[in-house]
Amino acid sequence: MKQLTALASALLAGSWTPLLWAAEAAKAEGGKLNMTAIIMFFTFVAVTLGITYWAASRTKSTKDFYAAGGGITGFQNGLAIAGDYMSAASFLGISSMVFAKGYDGLIYSIGWLVGWPIILFLMAEQLRNLGRYTFADIVSFRLSRVPIRTLSALGTLITVIFYLIAQMVGAGQLIRTLFGLPYESAVVIVGVLMILYVAFGGMLATTWVQIIKAVLLLTGASFIALGALNHVGFNFELFFRTAMESMKTSSLADHKAIIAGNKDIFAPGGLISDPVSAISLGMALMFGTAGLPHILMRFFTVSNAKEARKSVFYATGFIGYFYILTFIIGFGAVVLVAPNAQYVDAVKGTLMGGNNMAAIHMAHATGGDLFLGFISAVAFATILAVVSGLTLAGASAVSHDIYANAICGGNVDERKEIRISKYSALVIGVIAIFLGIQFEKQNVAFLVGLAFAIAASINFPLLILSIYWKGLTTRGALVGGFLGLVATITMVVLSKTVWVDVLGNKAPLFPYKDPALFSMTLAFFSCWLFSKLDGSDQAKAERNLFDAQAVRCETGIGASGATSH
Amino acid sequence: MNNDPQDAKLIERIQKNPKYTELVTKRSSFAWKLSITVLIIYYSFILVVAFAPKFLGTKIMEGSVISIGIPIGAGIILSAFLLTGIYVRRANSEFDDLTQQIKEETK
Repeated sequence: MKQLTALASALLAGSWTPLLWAAEAAKAEGGKLNMTAIIMFFTFVAVTLGITYWAASRTKSTKDFYAAGGGITGFQNGLAIAGDYMSAASFLGISSMVFAKGYDGLIYSIGWLVGWPIILFLMAEQLRNLGRYTFADIVSFRLSRVPIRTLSALGTLITVIFYLIAQMVGAGQLIRTLFGLPYESAVVIVGVLMILYVAFGGMLATTWVQIIKAVLLLTGASFIALGALNHVGFNFELFFRTAMESMKTSSLADHKAIIAGNKDIFAPGGLISDPVSAISLGMALMFGTAGLPHILMRFFTVSNAKEARKSVFYATGFIGYFYILTFIIGFGAVVLVAPNAQYVDAVKGTLMGGNNMAAIHMAHATGGDLFLGFISAVAFATILAVVSGLTLAGASAVSHDIYANAICGGNVDERKEIRISKYSALVIGVIAIFLGIQFEKQNVAFLVGLAFAIAASINFPLLILSIYWKGLTTRGALVGGFLGLVATITMVVLSKTVWVDVLGNKAPLFPYKDPALFSMTLAFFSCWLFSKLDGSDQAKAERNLFDAQAVRCETGIGASGATSH
Repeated sequence: MNNDPQDAKLIERIQKNPKYTELVTKRSSFAWKLSITVLIIYYSFILVVAFAPKFLGTKIMEGSVISIGIPIGAGIILSAFLLTGIYVRRANSEFDDLTQQIKEETK
């Protein structure tokens, strides 16, 4: 542990150097250095590191490390879930999509939100009653430990790594634009901080980082939306009419295309072109959410099923409110940002700093330099919080599923398990930094879609079938999960997003952008088929265990429960 | 798991308790009904987006620029929140009370 502490402090000391150096460099080049943003960001980092220090002193058992001791309340967990879910990509991405395309942005928001009620009705309390630290606890409840844990850990790690790369690349680009920091230093700072939060503060620190970030982001976004509506005297008719008028004179390429094509910005546009794509995308958004390991893990931090249910209720409220805000911010940017030459690169026909800067410019348009600084710092904090949640989920899959259960058969010294988890967080963090730097110039937007598709095609089918279907056997789960994984990756690689846009081939071999409709169906079907065909003694024993599992699942009797603090 | 004979007996007692059957039936039918409601709302919306996008562009009234797609979208978000509220309200009172009774009766 001492080596890890020494390493961390060295990394920590090192991470400030590029920041200060960048500050100097930006000044020397006469670049605009946003001091408010930097001061606010330093404050956020100082507070969260303080929390990490406090959390480290309270993190002793595996239950503390993975589940914050099980003592998080429903309301706190609801905020933390919202914090995990409202990434910088969704804040900047959705508001920018609304800004550039109009109504289409809302279609994505709705897809991301409707997964939540499903999680509540079918999974939240079941997760709490059957699991302890990872979703593999539930899948392997009555199925064979070693292969199922390995497969679930694989599903977790692949989802986490893809999601992490997308976040890291986004972070680097965003921070370079906002703070004038070099890309590599930005990625390193994000990576080092997330390693510190996770390795030292475990779930307790990660949870509080999420809560603080959620409050900051919701407050900031509320102010931007209020500023936009205030501009038109809170008259919605006038608000949307001004947006429509403003688009006609806009010098942005996206807006020109809308006007030239005589498109309706208040109706679905060309984003979703055919029914198969629409349904496939809908499935990936909805069921992918229900299979994201860092989200599922949050249900183990509360003390019982009651609190688990409340968490989803609050989370759905916060996330839904947030999506409505991003919609207002997007149209607000059409009103306030598009006509202002200060924010527009008229030559390129994009926004200054790139097209996903709509919300950032809106902060400046509604609240000036000080508020821009605040929102920039919040965007940075948002990235940090999301990557920390992901890293913790990945580290837990390595230490709890692979090491403690698959390798050691469940008999393991808690302190050793935590140590493995901390080192795993370090390794995952280093991999994320490395890949984040490698992928700088790549278009990585598809990785988030891929992460959702994989979560929907492996993690989700395994979970839902193991909870609800008596007939599921180890063999069925393995074949189904594995085929789901292979099918998802193959279809994404052969689709336009990778085959054409990344690999530079002429035409895609798989016609749809989202594979979820096919890969998820295949996973469910093969889980069913190969379980049905499984007549082994082991399969019989596994089916016989279902009733006992159901009792615990329904009543919580025997659940790893009561708060230890 | 569950090799403990003590556990096996407890599980058998719970399964024989009529309140357990009641809990399972009520809770799962309620949960599936609500899930199907969400799926119907959402996939109806997606199918309209795919097959009749123009419909969502219909104006809410003569002379307005606001399309019905905007209140419908906001309504779906609100309905998701309300449905979670409805489930939590019933589950945290009725279902949890029933669970508590089962626990006490089968101690």
